[in-house]
This record gives sequence, C-alpha cells and structure tokens, in this order.
Amino acid sequence: MSETVQVIEPAERAGPPPEPARRRTILTLLRDTFLQRREASVLIVALALMVYFEYNRSIFLSQGNLLNIAQATAPTAIVATGIVLLLVSGEIDLSVGMTFALAPFLMHYFADFYHVPSIPAILLALVVAAGIGWFNGFVSIILRVPSFVATLGTFYALQGFVLTTSHAYPAEIPKGMDGAIRQWIGPPSGWAELIWAVLIVVVFHLVLTRTRWGLHTVSVGGNIIGATEAGIRSRRIKIGNFVIASVLAGFAGIAEAFRVHTIDPNLGGGAQIPFLAISAAVIGGTALAGGSGTVAGAFLGALVLAELQNGFNLIGISANPYFLILGGAILVSMIANQYLSRLRRTGRT
Amino acid sequence: MTAEASPARTCTGNGTDVLRVEHIVKRFGALTALRDVNMHLRKGEVLGLIGDNGAGKSTLIKLICGYHRPDSGRIFVDGEEVTLRSVDHARSIGIDTVYQDLALVNELTVYHNMFLNRERVRWPFLHNRLMRKLAKEHLDDMGVNIPDVSVEVAKLSGGQRQAIAVARSVYSDAKILLLDEPLAAMGAKEGALILDLVRDLKARGEVSIIIIAHNYAQVLQVCDRVNVLQHGEITFDKATAETSTEELTDLVVAEYRTARAKRSAGG
Repeated sequence: MSETVQVIEPAERAGPPPEPARRRTILTLLRDTFLQRREASVLIVALALMVYFEYNRSIFLSQGNLLNIAQATAPTAIVATGIVLLLVSGEIDLSVGMTFALAPFLMHYFADFYHVPSIPAILLALVVAAGIGWFNGFVSIILRVPSFVATLGTFYALQGFVLTTSHAYPAEIPKGMDGAIRQWIGPPSGWAELIWAVLIVVVFHLVLTRTRWGLHTVSVGGNIIGATEAGIRSRRIKIGNFVIASVLAGFAGIAEAFRVHTIDPNLGGGAQIPFLAISAAVIGGTALAGGSGTVAGAFLGALVLAELQNGFNLIGISANPYFLILGGAILVSMIANQYLSRLRRTGRT
Repeated sequence: MTAEASPARTCTGNGTDVLRVEHIVKRFGALTALRDVNMHLRKGEVLGLIGDNGAGKSTLIKLICGYHRPDSGRIFVDGEEVTLRSVDHARSIGIDTVYQDLALVNELTVYHNMFLNRERVRWPFLHNRLMRKLAKEHLDDMGVNIPDVSVEVAKLSGGQRQAIAVARSVYSDAKILLLDEPLAAMGAKEGALILDLVRDLKARGEVSIIIIAHNYAQVLQVCDRVNVLQHGEITFDKATAETSTEELTDLVVAEYRTARAKRSAGG
C-alpha cells in the first residue's frame, strides 16, 4: 500500500507544471545527463585516469603507449559487448573465456589439418563458436540450468578440449593467413583490432538501443512474464544472445592470436577474459539483474581497466595492487549504479 | 445454490454471445480446478467474475486466454467453436488478457510498452517517432492522462500502468478483454482511473470485458452482470441491477460458514 502511494506522487507532480522543467540551468542539465546517461560517469573516470597518469608519466599519452592501451582494450571490449547483451537479457556466459582460446585453434585445425582455405577456415571457426553459444543457450534456457552453472560447465569442457587437442602446446598461425589477413584482423602494431572493437561496439549499441532485437532483449531481461505475454519469443531472444556472445568471443580470440602471433592454449588467461569483460560491463553501468545495460558503457569500462593496468605499470606499481583497484572499482560502480537507479526510479531526474 | 446455476445453462445458443464456454472441466493431477463451468459474455457487456481464493478464477481465465487447455468442454467465440492453441492464438482471434502489474516492462518507455512486440519499424531501426506519436494519440483518445509517453513505466503509478496495459490491449484490436484483478493493490483514486476507463470502453461498445475480482464492491459499479465461481462451478448469474453487495457477501460468507460447520462436524 505504502508503495503505491510513493509512486503516485512523482508521476502526478510531473504532470501539471511543465514550466519549471523547461527552465533548465546548465547544472541541472549536467546532473540529468549523468543520471540518464550511465556512460557519462564512466567517460569522466576514463578521462580523469588519462589526466592523472599523463601528469605522473608523460609518456602515457604517447602514440606508442596509446597503442598499448588500445590493444588491451579491444579484446575485452569485444567480449564485453556480447556479455552486455546477455546480462541485459538476464543471462551470463562464463565460457566466453574458453571460446576465445578455442576459436584460433579451430581456425588452425581447419586450415592446417583439413586444408580449408584461410577465410572459410576463420568462418568455420566462428560457426563452431556459434554452435557453442547455441549449446549454452539450449542448456540454460531449454533445460533450465542457470546459465552461471551451465556455462561454468562448458568453460571447463572447452578448456579440456583445447588442452587435449593441442597437447597444451602453442601452435603457429597458419601460413596462408600470415600476410594480408593478419594485417586486416590483428596486426602486431596498428589500430586494426581497436577499429574492429569500435565497429562492433557501435553496431551492437545500435542493436540494443534502436532495434526490435534490442527492445526484446531488454523486455525478456526486465519482465520475462510480461514479454512472453506480449508474444515475444523469449527463448529465441536469449539463445540468440548466447550465440552472439560466443561468436564475438571467438572473433576476439582470433584477432588476439593474430596480434600476439601465436595460438596459445592460455590465450586470454582462461577465466581472465570473461571476468574482465563482466567487470567492464558492470563498470560501464550494466546491471546483473537484467533489463538494463549499455554496450558503449562496457567499451568505456574496458578502456578504464586497460588504463589502470597500463598506468600502474608506467608508474612502477607492481601488477598486484591493480586487482585491489579493480575490485574497488567494481564495488564502487555497482553501489553508485544502485543508488543512481533508485534516483532514476523515484523520478527525481 | 445449485438452483441459481441454471440461468447460465439456459443462456446457451444466444446469437449475440461473443464468448461462450460450455461444460468446461480442468484437472491438475488429483485436483479438479474446474468441475463444470458454463459461462457466456454478450457483445459490449462487462461481466464481473467473482469468487474466493482457490475457486478456480485464474484457471478459468487461463483457459480462455489460451494458456491452459480444458480436459473437456467447448469454447465458442462469436458462435464458432474454437480450440485455443496458445496465448498468441487466442490473441489473434481477439482475446486479450491484462494481468495486474505483470503486463508491462518497467525498464521500457510508455510508448515502447504500448507497441511491445508490435513495434513500428523503419528497417533496420525502430520508428520511435511514429510510435511516440501514435501512442500519445491513442492514450489521449482513450482519456488516459500520461504526461510524457517517453518516460519509463517504472516511474508511473500502479493505476497509470494498469491503464496503459488496458489501452494497449484495446489498441491491438482486442474484442474480448480479460482484466485480472484490475484494482488489486490500488488506492481508491487509482482504482477510479481504471473504472472510468472501463466505463468509457463500455460506452463505445466495441469490446466485451470480463473483470476478475476478489473484492467486488468497487467492481460492481461498472459491471452489467455478475457471475460467482465457487468450487469450480458458476453458482450465481444475475444482472448487477438485480443483486447487491450484500447478497454477494452473504453468498461468499455462507460458503465459508458451511465449510467451517463441516470442519467442526468432522473434528
């Protein structure tokens, strides 16, 4: 009862007097942007970190170091894009970490053992990644195993597959791909990987905010009963997002293998990639509960993480406190997120 | 009590019935939720369906909206027998349900909710401008006062949310509207908003409405006719003008007393 009373007020207050709302000062406009655009606060953090590290070590913004940051940002951002779609639809995928490591191996197996031409070999690897995503979706949605558990299972199963088939040894990039294809997807130096990441982020940001697929993704994550009542095929949406997340992880893995110029069973550091991607998504303003999230925010989240890691290196702090900062950043951003969404709910924007 | 069930049965074969269910039985394992339900709804009518918890109201509604299928019995829409395969199928022939507080997605704007799964698209993107405009027009047309259709539904009151859900069903050409506990957890002012909306719809005469209610005092104001569901059967069917809150209360209380008498006799 008391709840309904609380909700009535702001809604009615918003009704009759539109005049004060029109007269917005720059300050209120700024505050509104902050409250409504979750990306804004992460952007400020990313810029502040740049200023701070540049002030302490002036090579931070040198071209060479910016390239380092870009290369650390790109794979996380690509994987985080898929993670955001899944989180918004109310699911999660931990196995992206192993799809990331597996995809380059599949490409290598297809090209070197089955003599598939270069580009079809890459596409085949991505098709298998899609299959993994579909399987995750099938187990989580059709068999109703919570996706956290289901994809934990696939994570280890895929790890076993990678280690067994590769005998835990790294492999070389297939000969046919070492030239132009590598330059296009993941050159050792250059911005190709970041450009891919930006492209993917832009496309899926639009998908999430401007298309039916995105609207339905928000709907099934926000109110699955209501969405299903409205006739939205929630299973298809969720499984589709599992597929997207896996394919993106596979692609990021292939690009990363090209860049480091070796196909390593430990590419992405196992659990490191999904954890970084989830962190990036969460810092960027995506709620784990489903129903809200932003791809652009996740990109900025990945950038913040890369900046932190890189900056700490430059300042000469060992890698260990990085995790302290990372943990703190996740907690602070989640608490802020909770607080801000409560503000947004009560209509004080 | 059983004598009062007869009007429901004699009403079969009425040509103006937009919906008619005959001898509906539904069991869940050992539990018989609906014993033998006969009910009809005339065109443009507002029917109140009342009954205590566990009487089978929600089971009946889920049968009519295509969610469950009856074990036996027949359903007619506009005089033609139908087998409702799914909620989608029921909706495609004009039967739409508004569940209290479950229908809308809080994270989406009013106009996105209005067009949920019926979005207007300018490929590949949503045609937001058009949907905003149409939603505003339609809500204004129905007398639902929402200050800004671009606001997230989470910011609205319970009554406004319910009104939007009803407006959405009407917009999607529903001819039979099932309102499940439309006034539950709502203040008097909020409830009045919904009742006014139902009155407006009734005045237009385009949709026929079944209101499922636990607390019938308020609902009675807008209903043409009242059915009472008890133990999986319609035990009472009268025009609102011929009955009163007192009579209905007596009916429900009598049921409670009988049950208690049985219990104490048994123990």
